[in-house]
Amino acid sequence: MNEKVLMKGNEAIAEAAIAAGCRHFFGYPITPQTEVAAYMSKRMPKIGGVYLQAESEVASINMVLGAGAAGVRVMTSTSSPGISLMAEGISYIAGSDVPCLIVNVQRGGPGLGGIQPSQADYFQATKSTAHGDFHILVFAPSTVQETVDMISTAFDLGDKYRMPAMVLSDGMLGQMMEPVILPEAKDPDKDSKNWAVSGHGNKREHNVVNSLYINPQELEDLVKARFERYKIIQENHQMAEEYLADDADIIIVAYGSSSRVSRSAIDAARAQGIKVGMIRPITLWPFPEKFINKHIGHTKAFLSVEMSMGQMVDDVRLVVNGRAPVEFYGRTGGIIPTPKEVLEQIIRINGGVQ
Amino acid sequence: MSDLNVLFAGFGGQGILFSGKVMAYAALMEGKELSWLPSYGPEMRGGTASCSVCISDKAIGSPLVVNPDVLVVMNLPSLEKFEKDVVPGGLIIVDSSIVKKDVTRTDVRVVRIDASRIAEDNGLKGAANMVILGRLFKETGFCSAENLDLGLQKSVPTKKAFLLDNNRKAISLGIESEY
Repeated sequence: MNEKVLMKGNEAIAEAAIAAGCRHFFGYPITPQTEVAAYMSKRMPKIGGVYLQAESEVASINMVLGAGAAGVRVMTSTSSPGISLMAEGISYIAGSDVPCLIVNVQRGGPGLGGIQPSQADYFQATKSTAHGDFHILVFAPSTVQETVDMISTAFDLGDKYRMPAMVLSDGMLGQMMEPVILPEAKDPDKDSKNWAVSGHGNKREHNVVNSLYINPQELEDLVKARFERYKIIQENHQMAEEYLADDADIIIVAYGSSSRVSRSAIDAARAQGIKVGMIRPITLWPFPEKFINKHIGHTKAFLSVEMSMGQMVDDVRLVVNGRAPVEFYGRTGGIIPTPKEVLEQIIRINGGVQ
Repeated sequence: MSDLNVLFAGFGGQGILFSGKVMAYAALMEGKELSWLPSYGPEMRGGTASCSVCISDKAIGSPLVVNPDVLVVMNLPSLEKFEKDVVPGGLIIVDSSIVKKDVTRTDVRVVRIDASRIAEDNGLKGAANMVILGRLFKETGFCSAENLDLGLQKSVPTKKAFLLDNNRKAISLGIESEY
């Protein structure tokens, strides 16, 4: 096993991707994500990989499409405005059934916004990444170690279901250092990608990777087949962590950085005798409905805590579906909520401290 | 030791982030849970830099130190900005070579150390951050002396190993500094 080291979240993303067999990185610098690209630019040439700083995010994502179509493990990373620029390409990748990894180290928005941490791209990641009927896998780490472990899962599931996977981080998780044990290097299974356009010496029928379907029936059939795959994913790959949820009167739903703040608030509230717990979504798509449904009944109220004006709270409301009140607390624009603020919300919902 | 939340603050270039890194690595050597979070962005260019370090026996929740147990200040703006946030009974360590203003809080412990002058007098210009770290170590005992040194070794890149001894010397000066 590797030694425990201190690493920045962004650098850990890069090293974990290399360990997962990624040898192709295309990107464009943007704060607070730049360390991912900087790290890749140092490491990739030493291990026979490709690091390319493209002229823009639009170019980067199309390079990802090309490399992914050729069957290699490929990734890009950016921060919020960069994802907006990549939108068209992500839709093409999804429409071409090509796997890839996209990292979003979120910053405050909209527009150029700011460079401080944010979770205001939840809708973009889970619902409207770009045009057309499609989903991408969305993973939300809350520690540097989890980020590292998740990169490999994201690549594997993306390959398995032939779709883009996103790791939705933020400026805090990207910039902070924590102890981390890096995974052992592995070689991805290249043979499973028998659909790839990687050259075959005329030994088989040629493969086509494409997202243009002029015949509407053909397109509908294809989209429907894709949604059958999505159903399998929703059934099998919901991930969440439960923290002190079993006896909780109040359950906080929070992911990533805001879940860390919430955890501190929960510990403080428990010390005052308030039964509060947390469901921390690890996959944002598929949204971990099962974990929320499990706690309907004993939970008197849910509280979604986010670094946004309230985005994931819509998904919590859809699952809870009127069976309990769903409240929201958030800060935005690059402000990280404090444990004290969240504790005040817990106490308010609890009707004070007994 | 239970939780220890430390905020290092000063000008960019004083080694604020490095101090935090040495502390974080020392805590790792000690077998603790920890986090290190820098301020980032335009304020780092000539302006103030700060760095949050959390050390605990349990998993770290929010890594952003809002109310530090220990505040290290190496410039005046940082004292003015963060003094009010220190927990009652907490500790403020001030580089008194740079910050002439007194701490106004009366419910915290204050250590004023002439760190920049001590460093300069000993031919260690620029190592005031390590002098202060030595003092912080002495005041809080957040790790063993062995682990502090291991933390330093882990934090200094191999290419800059020649800087190790100067840093060690600066830390010792901090530990031995007058009350």
